[in-house]
Amino acid sequence: MRIKAEKISAAVAQLCIEANRVLPEDVYTALAKAAETEESPVGRQMLSSILENARIARTEQMPICQDTGMAVVFVELGQELRVEGDLYEAINAGVAKGYTEGYLRKSVVRHPLDRVNTGDNTPAVVHLRLVPGNKMKITVAPKGFGSENMGGIAMLKPAQGRKGVVDFVTSVVEAAGANPCPPIIVGVGLGGTMEYATFLAKRALLREVGTPAANPLDRELELEISGEINKLGIGPQGFGGTVTAFAVHVESYPTHIAGLPVAVNINCHAARHKDIVLEGEEE
Amino acid sequence: MEPIRLQTPLTVADTAALRAGQTCLISGIIYTARDSAHKRLVEMLEKGEELPFAPRGQLIYYVGPCPAPPGRVIGSAGPTTSTRMDVYTPAMLAAGVRGVIGKGDRSQEVVQALMQHKAVYFGAIGGAGALIAKSIVQAEVVAFPDLGPEAVHRLQVKEMPAIVIIDSLGQNFYTLGRAEYSKR
Repeated sequence: MRIKAEKISAAVAQLCIEANRVLPEDVYTALAKAAETEESPVGRQMLSSILENARIARTEQMPICQDTGMAVVFVELGQELRVEGDLYEAINAGVAKGYTEGYLRKSVVRHPLDRVNTGDNTPAVVHLRLVPGNKMKITVAPKGFGSENMGGIAMLKPAQGRKGVVDFVTSVVEAAGANPCPPIIVGVGLGGTMEYATFLAKRALLREVGTPAANPLDRELELEISGEINKLGIGPQGFGGTVTAFAVHVESYPTHIAGLPVAVNINCHAARHKDIVLEGEEE
Repeated sequence: MEPIRLQTPLTVADTAALRAGQTCLISGIIYTARDSAHKRLVEMLEKGEELPFAPRGQLIYYVGPCPAPPGRVIGSAGPTTSTRMDVYTPAMLAAGVRGVIGKGDRSQEVVQALMQHKAVYFGAIGGAGALIAKSIVQAEVVAFPDLGPEAVHRLQVKEMPAIVIIDSLGQNFYTLGRAEYSKR
């Protein structure tokens, strides 16, 4: 089976536009629930405006947020599928097309120090994973930097254990305060190596809100961290309240006998992502 | 509580009367600037050059809007994180700017400068860019078009909602709000 680069580009372009305009249903539902449980009147007012914003964005085809992000693209490529052309070029062509035709903001600079805008929001950050089969799943997650800037990583000692993890994640959220546009989703990557923990934290943000982790240890951790974070009082937009995080997602991986890596990736309330599964054609 | 209606340009008396936590509806002209524009504006002030707009009485909105789709004056236009502008804000306030609009906490230097100039730090709702765009009735780039989304825009706004985060007495609505709901 094969798939042409042009087909990938067209799909990515469409995903960039839709992800930026339509808040995922699970995220919208969770925010609507938060608007009912939030104790602060100002907090409830903020959540009501956030929900109204999402409805306006969807019906009027406007970006949910002006920070339409750096495009983070997760690709699960079936190993029996042959890509005709350069996969990375195809993805970037799609990002350029989507961000231009969708009137999305171009927020990427070519070098962190000279800071010249690339003009089309490329390049994307691509995470490629080979999987069995002959299909290709593409997920576009536009990531705004108000929240991206507030993440953190710690290489804890194994002796610090669960308490060390809970304390570190909570401290990162506390220091972030109002900056990442709460209420937030907290992605936690636990284990692996330093870079893999941060990847897990990012991938955790894609999980459907309301679905707990598969591993019981991670599930317990999610509840405990969520409880601690929501005691901080930061609340919607940081104006005080009981809903600071409306989801905490932990993803874990085996690690080394000497280490306990923990990474935190924060997503603002506009937790955007959209995916599609592409089929190949006969050779 | 009834929101406070503000019409720009603002006087010292206007901003000195505002208190942390009050909801405002801003109408009139405001100017946009974020990281790169601030760098240039403050360099111009340091060289004694005239700014592309007269700063006295004005409000600066920290925003890099999306491009305007056909038939609209602007794309989504919510606030960006203010703390990146902390190093520039005292100079802007000294030049006569009466207030700034953004989101997130500010440095102690900014709080001191707000108190010194009896100016105000407002918050707009972060991540509500489509909603906020509805209160923008006109937009034009007045400086640094090469900066793209970071160019200085002159916006005409009508009843743009904002909350007073830090007032001219140095009171901080984030601190007050968090203290009320913290259970630690």
